[in-house]
Amino acid sequence: MSVLVPRTLKDALQAISANPSAQLIQGGTDLMVEINFNHRKPTDVIALRRVDELKSVYIDAKKSQVTIGAGLPYQQMEHGEIAQYIPALAQAARTVGSPQIRSAGSIGGNLGTCSPAGDALPVLSALDATINLQTADSSRTIAIHDFMVGVKRNARQPGEIIVSTTLPIVSGWQGYAKVGVRNAMVISVASCCLVVDRTNGTIAVALGAVGPTIIRCRETESWLASQIDLKTKATVSPNLLQEFGDRIANESKPIDDHRSTAAYRRHAVSVLARRMLTRANNQ
Amino acid sequence: MNVNSEIYSLSVNGKMHEVRDSWVGESLLYVLRERFNLPGTKGACEQGECGSCTVIIDGQAVCSCLVMAATAIDSDIRTVESISADGTLTEVQDAFVTEGGVQCGFCTPGLVVAIEHLLSQNSDPSEIEVKEAISGNICRCTGYGRIFEAVDKAVSVRKANKT
Repeated sequence: MSVLVPRTLKDALQAISANPSAQLIQGGTDLMVEINFNHRKPTDVIALRRVDELKSVYIDAKKSQVTIGAGLPYQQMEHGEIAQYIPALAQAARTVGSPQIRSAGSIGGNLGTCSPAGDALPVLSALDATINLQTADSSRTIAIHDFMVGVKRNARQPGEIIVSTTLPIVSGWQGYAKVGVRNAMVISVASCCLVVDRTNGTIAVALGAVGPTIIRCRETESWLASQIDLKTKATVSPNLLQEFGDRIANESKPIDDHRSTAAYRRHAVSVLARRMLTRANNQ
Repeated sequence: MNVNSEIYSLSVNGKMHEVRDSWVGESLLYVLRERFNLPGTKGACEQGECGSCTVIIDGQAVCSCLVMAATAIDSDIRTVESISADGTLTEVQDAFVTEGGVQCGFCTPGLVVAIEHLLSQNSDPSEIEVKEAISGNICRCTGYGRIFEAVDKAVSVRKANKT
């Protein structure tokens, strides 16, 4: 076994180009669990934790978008510029594990693992984020839903490194909420990100941990936009709110597993989505 | 930057330690305890859930079970053993003893590291800030009440000592 610890993105890309099937490790919060329990024994590892370029944040005011390095720890998203421009991401970041996990875990790790319970992923989905990948001699950008292929499967090719994600700055309320058995240090039983775009009069709802990958509730989104004017803070009647929740629940595809039941998860996403729609219209 | 299976060195508590003839996928927790003879850092869950293996790497509190040791080369690693190198208890350690924050004691090193880290950045934390700072450290004995009391006492003693 070998471990490479490159200090620059160029060195990291050359390392993965020389050994395209090498195991990448960023914060280690997923991979090391598998290694500690002998579920995985990688031959060659490329550690990205010392590559500072992967921790950059670039705010493009002209294009109204933010590009976040794949290795930026969640801790850095809880406050400051990211919290200001993408509040839902700051909320999601704050729900990740504990301070110890948030100082190691990153969006790149969530994308690499591609668990449907990854806390950043519903935010990326609701905002139609793009994922930027690089090889030693090329780069490409793909949509988040083309990147997430299935349970713990993604579209990253051998030889590629996930370098960053680009998210739009949207005018309107946005939030993230999740249900788990305790407040801290918990993997989502069900999660939801809701984003209201007041400029375009649209809403986006993405659900985590209730399907093989993150689910975008596109039918409910367009239905709601046809019922109320999302460009303003319209009053949502109790009946409309109930139907919104029911439709969200119908678009989820949860299963029974060791963490919860399908019935509970379906109920939970309905409650979370209704709660956040109410917040969006009260603030 | 290339660590092959033979030798690498880690800086722990300001001192260089060499790792020889190891499997380079070992966690930092394992290397600290089994190779460097630093058993203060505890291992329980080995999946980042319990916080008993908390150490400080380059100024950040992390779970050492989730750090591949060989990737921590050229990093400044601080363990619970560095907190009171001369054997005199710090305000935090002393408050744990006097307030009954230690029962079985297994979670104590991780909590002490997490709380010292918090107080190094925020000398007068609010209740919620303390709760968040130790939300990744699980204690199954105390019910946390006496740990919060210990933090309160450490904060006031530190304040009194400064004036």
